[in-house]
Amino acid sequence: MSMVAEIALESFVLLRLGERRFALRASQIVELIAPSRVFRFPHRTAALEGVILRRGRIIPVCDVSEQLVGKKLTVRRFYLIATRLFGTRKESMGLPVSGDCELITAEMMSRSDSDSAHVAGWLSHSGDVIEILNLEALTPGPAAAHPASALLQHAEVRA
Amino acid sequence: MQPSSANRPRALRAEQIILFRVGGQLFAISSASVQEVRSVDGLTGTTQDIPNNSVTKVRHTIRRGDTTHYVVSGTAHFGLAPAPASLIFFLRQTPTALLIDGIEKMTTMTYLQALPQPFCGEERDWYRGLAPLDQTVVPVVKPEGFLSVAELTLLDGVLRDEMKKHQSNSTAAPPANP
Repeated sequence: MSMVAEIALESFVLLRLGERRFALRASQIVELIAPSRVFRFPHRTAALEGVILRRGRIIPVCDVSEQLVGKKLTVRRFYLIATRLFGTRKESMGLPVSGDCELITAEMMSRSDSDSAHVAGWLSHSGDVIEILNLEALTPGPAAAHPASALLQHAEVRA
Repeated sequence: MQPSSANRPRALRAEQIILFRVGGQLFAISSASVQEVRSVDGLTGTTQDIPNNSVTKVRHTIRRGDTTHYVVSGTAHFGLAPAPASLIFFLRQTPTALLIDGIEKMTTMTYLQALPQPFCGEERDWYRGLAPLDQTVVPVVKPEGFLSVAELTLLDGVLRDEMKKHQSNSTAAPPANP
């Protein structure tokens, strides 16, 4: 493998939502945990279900399946705890997933202007072309990050 | 990976809180923010209606000393199904009286976590943060979050109009027969 090819490879975690698979950069993943009790309280952020308590920390839970596959998950096998950027600050979020997650190494293909905002890029794995998710665009926050920022971040890694 | 400093539980000096229910939901408030707790039964005849105002969660006022308190329905504020209230909190440093189902208990909070950033709606004005207590998570309310400055201005205006109407009615009334 050439030096250039080695630099271009990145680690991703594949997650399953229903029948479809998506990817997140492995650097964004904290852990994969069994579903635990979701504490609900009144709020006005429709995309959030509530919070879970994990090692004394309170983590918001956001089911992104409706946006990505068009329906809510009926079976939740795990919560994937990932970090999302809020400006320069990182915070954890719990994403319900319906199957095992897999750590892979792949080359990221850049997104195009016609891609949805939640697509940070693409990768090819086992014959499938898989969306790499941009959590900043997919999950709620005070200011949605511009999709270009994910692209810029990627370009910096590859440079 | 380390959580951000904003999301990390902050060590507090132990703070006494009141756990209370509104529409069946559990909330907490600093006991220092509550001036008085009264039964709603004891308020009969002391409240005044505020008709036709756009702040639908406020339907009455209560005059106590020099202050007029706006009576806020807790269920309407939080968007919960209406439920009969049995107690009312008179809050400090805000002319708000909050209708609640009841008090669960008084306890002590030692950690308060800032509301996670993904919560980006009105709830940011409602809550100081979230407190893990007895294997549950309780939102800790901001006393000043029940009525915004805009809502208070609007309610003050409605009250002023009502007072003017009342005064003009009393001056226009015919003198009593000698």
